Formats: sequence, C-alpha cells, structure tokens
Amino acid sequence: MISKEEVLGIAKLARLELSEKEVEKMQKDLSSILDYFNLLKKAPKFTKGKQEDKTQIETTTREDKIIEKPASLANNLVQSAPDTQERYIKVKNIF
Amino acid sequence: MDILDLTITQLHDGFVKKQFTSVEVTKAYLDNIKKTDSEIGAYLSVTEDLALAQAKKADKIIASKKDFPSLTGVPCSIKDAILVEGEKCTAGSKMLENYIAPYDATVIKNLKNNGAVILGKTNMDPFGFGSSTENSAFKVTKNPHDKTRVAGGSSGGSAASIAANEACYALGEDTGGSIRQPSSFCGVVGLKPTYGAVSRHGVFAYGSSLDQIGPMAKTVEDAKIIFKVIFGKDPLDATSVDYKFSNQESSMKGMRIGVPKEYFAKGLDPEVEKIIKNAINRAKENGAKIVDISLPNLKFALACYYVIAPSEASANLARFDGIKYGLSEQAGKDLLDVYVKSRGKGFGAEEKRRIMIGTYALSSGYYDAYYKKAEEVRQLIKQDFQNVFEKVDVIFCPVSPVPAFKIGEKADDPLLMYLADIYTISLNLAGLPGLSLPAGKIDKLPVGLQIIGNYFEENKILSVAGLMEKMLL
Repeated sequence: MISKEEVLGIAKLARLELSEKEVEKMQKDLSSILDYFNLLKKAPKFTKGKQEDKTQIETTTREDKIIEKPASLANNLVQSAPDTQERYIKVKNIF
Repeated sequence: MDILDLTITQLHDGFVKKQFTSVEVTKAYLDNIKKTDSEIGAYLSVTEDLALAQAKKADKIIASKKDFPSLTGVPCSIKDAILVEGEKCTAGSKMLENYIAPYDATVIKNLKNNGAVILGKTNMDPFGFGSSTENSAFKVTKNPHDKTRVAGGSSGGSAASIAANEACYALGEDTGGSIRQPSSFCGVVGLKPTYGAVSRHGVFAYGSSLDQIGPMAKTVEDAKIIFKVIFGKDPLDATSVDYKFSNQESSMKGMRIGVPKEYFAKGLDPEVEKIIKNAINRAKENGAKIVDISLPNLKFALACYYVIAPSEASANLARFDGIKYGLSEQAGKDLLDVYVKSRGKGFGAEEKRRIMIGTYALSSGYYDAYYKKAEEVRQLIKQDFQNVFEKVDVIFCPVSPVPAFKIGEKADDPLLMYLADIYTISLNLAGLPGLSLPAGKIDKLPVGLQIIGNYFEENKILSVAGLMEKMLL
C-alpha cells in the first residue's frame, strides 16, 4: 500500500488540498489501481510494423498575424475570472 | 402520431410540408422535459429562451426558403462539456457550477449555422470521468428504460434525453466509451468518430489524445445527418483533419465482418452474447462473410488507458487554478493557497483520483514504468487493429459486457467501474471510429452492437449500421 507521505507528496505536486479522510481513501484506491497497472509489464515489446500510420498528426502552425476578434470575446473571457479590476484579472501575492 | 417520436428526417419532412412549426415541436419537447425530467435527470440546465428564439428563427427560414438544412428547427440536447455561448457550462463538476460559456464550440457554431434548436445541457460524469453519470456533482441520470438503473456514462444525460423523448438528437463526447456505452444502455445510436474527424475547440478537454465529439440519435440516418454537419478541419483544433465523407452505400453481400474472440471471453453476460451473436448471424444470412479475428493485446487496453487518460487529464485539469475561471477560494495567505484550496474544494472524488493517478504516473521516477510503457502498449493495440483491417471491412462486437447496471452497484469501487469500459476504450487508444447500434433487449434493457471501422471510414460504419438496423427491426 502506498504511504500517507507519498499521497501527500503527489497531492503537493498536483496542487490539490486533500482532507485527512481523502488521504486515507486515496491510499487505498491508488494502491489497487497502481497494482492493476502492473499488468502492463507483461506486454511484449513494441516493434514497428510495415503499416503506414493513418492517424499521423502533422504539426500545424499558423501565420504569425493578428486575427481580429470581437471585443465582446475578450470581455467575456475576462469576466469569467473570479476577481477582476477594470479589465485586469487580480491575483494574490506570490509570497 | 406523437411529434416527439419523430426522427430528424421525419421532422424535416413535416416542416417542408408545413404540418407543424419548429416552435410547436420545441414547445412539445420543453413541455415533456418539464413533465419527465425531474424523474430522469437528463438535463443540468434547460435553455428555454435560447431554444424558443432559435425555433422562431428556424420557422422564418422554413417559411421563406424552399431548401433548408435537415437540422433546421430540430431540437437537440448538448453534453455539458461543450460550450454554448451565454449559457452555463459545468462539465458536471462543482468547479464550473456557475461558469458561463464565453463563446461557442466549433460544433455548436456548425449546428447553429444549420438552424439547430438547443434545448439544454445534459448531465455527465465530471469532465467525462465515469461510466454511469453517478460521479456528476449535481445528480444521477436514470435510465429511461428502468429508473433503478444507470443511463451509462459519461454522456448519460445526452443518451437519456433521446430515450426519454426529451430531445430529438444530442451531441456527446467520447474519451473511452462515453458516447457508445450510454447509447447502448439507453437504446439509441451513438457514433464515436475517428480521432481528428471532428473539431474539439470549445470542449472541456479530458484526454487530448483520445477525446472525440460525436452524434447520438434515434436512427442511423439521423446520426449520419448530424455527423455530416460537424466533421471537418478547424483551424482552432490542430488535431482536426480535412477529410471527405463518401456517400457510397455498402452492401451486406461479401462484406467481411471480423469477430474478435477476445470480446467474447469471460465476463460477457450470456444474454448480451446471444443478442450480439444473433446480429452477426443476421449479417451472415444476408451475405456477409464472418471472419474470426484476434486482437492479442486487447487484454492490456484497460491498464494502458487508465495510465494515459488520467495522465492527460491531470495535465488538462491544471488550468483550474481559481484565477482564470471556475470556483475560487480566496481565503488564505498567498497565490499557492488559492490554487490548492480552490482545487480541493472544486474537484470531486473522481476528479481528485484521476489527477492523483496522472500526477503519479507522470512524476519523475515513475514516468518510464507507467506513461512511457503505456504509450508503447498503445502502439501494440493500434498495430493489432491495423493487422485486422487488412482482412476485414468492419468489426462486430458488444459495446458493453453487461446491460445497464443498478444505480450504486459499482459506485464505491473505482476499479470495478473502470472495467465497464473494457470493450470501448481500445478504439480511443487506436483512434478508430465506432458506433453503437441497438441490437436487442434483455427484458426491457437495451443492448448495443458495436460496429468498428477503419480510420475515416465513418461512411462504411454508418452504411453497415443502416443495413443492420433494418435487419434487426
């Protein structure tokens, strides 16, 4: 079973607050799920076959130019922020 | 004739012949939602004002034009992960309980350009994390065929809205089976298109290498109409591709149908097996060639998926920080406190679980053993399908090993719930298209046949599904 400290360590990486009870449940759930993942160790090694990959996604870039969008879109996006002042999004001190 | 029983094609026909107006049809649906949805729980929000405004607009188009698109004036429901400008979009999570969509998703733009009428946003497992809608932060959607059972998930609200005559069709989104499995449980047609066939711009991302939006409808013909409106390249989704939909119809005679033995193994409900085998026999009687096939690496698919999907989800959900949008917990001393507390309060148990699994699998020291290994296994699964599609045109198999299960039956055991996706996730890993077609019932519970096709062969899947639909009537 994965330890309480390990769970808290991952939660810290994930920027996630967990209650005492959640940590306990997470220890149990994560352990059984990670145990199940061990199945992958039994999989054979992958070697590339002759088939062409039809799903090949190409890297796409667009021209570096300004695309005009209605002002309402920017307003809508800023309005979604929980804490704003004029057209700025407010955040707390970093330290 | 009940207006609510009509398909898209039949409603369109009625509009052409001036038998009824879109406002009348829309009001009939809104009335039925008011009457039945307190019991079913398909909708998270009903967009009555929007629907009536769109219906009035549609009626003007219908009155003034001889030719208008098939979807004009036809009422639909939208999975709540998809943005409809000015309307609430919760993705089934408390994190987004009060979030108003700032713009339309590309698929919504497409629907609106075709004169669609949007009745509301449907219930789902948060961000798509689940197979029953039981993880929704707001309510559980009941199966209209048996209200003690789940509607499936994560697009359970969308499927139930069609089955309960609360929408003529719906849009869902499928990351591991979220269109096909609820379609199977609720007895509707659901198509998960090829990865890249439909733009995901304006959809809350779950697993970006897996997610696809697709149609859910009463008939195969309707699903095809919707698909033709939403597919195609979108500059706002770099993974979307340009592709031509061929209207060529297939014939059952000589059709090579692959039946993978791994799908008919332990764990499959014998009654489900009987219904699927019957469908295969009907195809054979009509001239199809049944080919026994094997997908040897299928047994790793579930473990592979539950490494990759939560890894991608943990990265995608990093955007919810209490700063830009969504729930924000301002108590605390600094910025880090805002992040940690907002996420702790806004995310439910399943969101937290997946973020934790994903963060673990991606963390230094474990990356090679989990994520990298899973990506390799994913290639094996893809290769299995590619080998098989050299020998067959389509694959027939069940969508789910069991019909709709009881509410609460699997709710406490996450691993047991994950196993509900065993027959659907391999397609998302491979990027292949698949459709769920109602193939029969166990008492009153529908069972879906899964028809899998090769990349970008939605036309073949839909054509074969159309033929099967007639045979199984």
